[in-house]
Amino acid sequence: MIAYLARRFLYTLPIMLGVALVCFALVHLAPGDPLVSILPADASAELQAQLLVLYGFDRSYPEQFFIWVIRALQGDLGTSIASGRAVSTEVMKAVGNTLMLASVATLIGFFFGCLFGFVAGYFRDSWADKAASFLSVVGVSVPHYWLGMVLVIVFAAQLNWLPATGAGPGGSADWAFDWAHIRHLILPAITMSVIPMGIIARTIRALVADILAQEFVVGLRAKGLTDFGVFLHVVKNVAPTALAVMGLQLGYLLGGSILIETVFSWPGTGFLLNSAIFQRDLPLLQGTILVLAMFFVLLNLLVDVVQSALDPRITRT
Amino acid sequence: MNIAVDSTKIPAPVFERSPGYWSSVWRRFRRDRVAMAAASVVVGLLLLALLGPWIVPADPYQSSMLNRLKPIGTPGFPLGTDELGRDMLSRLMLGTRLSLFLGITPVLAAFVIGTCLGLLAGYAGGPVNTVIMRTIDVFYAFPSVLLAIALSGALGAGIFNSLLSLTIVFVPPIARVAESVTTQVRNRDFVEAARASGAHAFTIVRVHVLGNVLGPIFVYATSLIAVSMILASGLSFLGLGVKPPEPEWGLMLNTLRTAIYTQPWIAALPGVMIFITSISFNTLSDGLRSAMDVKQ
Repeated sequence: MIAYLARRFLYTLPIMLGVALVCFALVHLAPGDPLVSILPADASAELQAQLLVLYGFDRSYPEQFFIWVIRALQGDLGTSIASGRAVSTEVMKAVGNTLMLASVATLIGFFFGCLFGFVAGYFRDSWADKAASFLSVVGVSVPHYWLGMVLVIVFAAQLNWLPATGAGPGGSADWAFDWAHIRHLILPAITMSVIPMGIIARTIRALVADILAQEFVVGLRAKGLTDFGVFLHVVKNVAPTALAVMGLQLGYLLGGSILIETVFSWPGTGFLLNSAIFQRDLPLLQGTILVLAMFFVLLNLLVDVVQSALDPRITRT
Repeated sequence: MNIAVDSTKIPAPVFERSPGYWSSVWRRFRRDRVAMAAASVVVGLLLLALLGPWIVPADPYQSSMLNRLKPIGTPGFPLGTDELGRDMLSRLMLGTRLSLFLGITPVLAAFVIGTCLGLLAGYAGGPVNTVIMRTIDVFYAFPSVLLAIALSGALGAGIFNSLLSLTIVFVPPIARVAESVTTQVRNRDFVEAARASGAHAFTIVRVHVLGNVLGPIFVYATSLIAVSMILASGLSFLGLGVKPPEPEWGLMLNTLRTAIYTQPWIAALPGVMIFITSISFNTLSDGLRSAMDVKQ
């Protein structure tokens, strides 16, 4: 097991390096001077040169990449050009908010996805299956930013039950576990939960139908096991894949929250990315993407490890 | 003795052509009513995109300060007007053009590029495979929405940049499918036989491998169009795609966000179009998958 873990981790290292390289390349892909957003239009050539040296843009690309990676490993992602604050502080604060939103959304999605998936798989081709399958297609097809708008229209603008934007009263960005804050979480979390709901429901439906058709289920029934006992066997067989899909979905939501965060003005990484893009704040853009992508890579690693621990059939090679 | 045989007396051998693969796929697909409905919606949308400029009831660019945000059902404006007083129905109809173009083109481009890369990696094997597939793994390590937004954010707003970044997002998944199918087919006996009889590698790929690879990728690509529609409109929604005043559903959704308290249902209309398109492509893809019997 330990050998497997070590190998799996070693395999992740080149991926991480590649991810860092892509994040680094993004900045140099960007047209125009990276300093254009802070330089005054009439900046002198000396000032320009000074800033280039200050931000390290005067060195060669491999040198810059190397310095950037070493610093990132020490937790230093540079300074935001627009705000002048450390990128790592800004990102970490935003990651907390996004993680909160994405985890709640994943849990809601997982619960309903399992419910619909089991119902559809158990009662194949019944009306319940058709309804559950329809809901899961809707879940993967609905443009979630639009769903967010519709929920705002219904529950905030028309019924006035829930707040439309922000993460707390008065636009505060600090999270607390009280009703005043949780109210703000409800609409974005429901909006976000729709995608994992659809995907988990589809996966589980296929798995359940597959497992129920296997001979060991017939055997268990022939031995007189109750329906509930059979159900527990099905759950045990579905669990590794369902958990793996859930883990990956959490990663997708973390990285893909920008559209929903924009609709709800949720102060997370998506919001940060949005402002980084439109203020052309390249260190912030680079840092946020790096952190989110690393989260995703590590989550993938975790999912693989948990899955192989749960399911002994997965060969540890 | 006359041994000449009257050739007309011999019954002509009956060659009953067994129905081909595609005709049996079509027969199965035709029976699937849901998939047929989805297919007709897709055809309708494509027609709308083609004919848009000639069938719109009003000028979609004509703004009017007096007619701003008229409600649905106003005489002359069946679906109301937007925040600049332009006819919503005409803008939604003409918007089909850009929205479908932005959603479908990246998948088509990724289909071509990804299939080529996957075929090359799968057929060549060895170090070529390692280089291509490990590079693809790196792009796979990004959540797709993040990669799309990061790329178009870095490249800057615009139609071409949005197409480019979405293509980069969709190449890795298509290449993976192509590679795995190619690797399976490559070791089959008929490929071995073709190689033994001296067929050129290119011929083998074209004749034997491609035919087996295209089906699964095609099914997969139609489901990617659903994702691509949502992402492409999402980029415009963020202000990273189409620029005003062009009608595009995502951009319309963005500019109408200010109207959610005054004319909420007009503000939601462009999203309905994105939703219909995306769900039709997803349903179409499901129908194709079961008609072509492709494993998920």
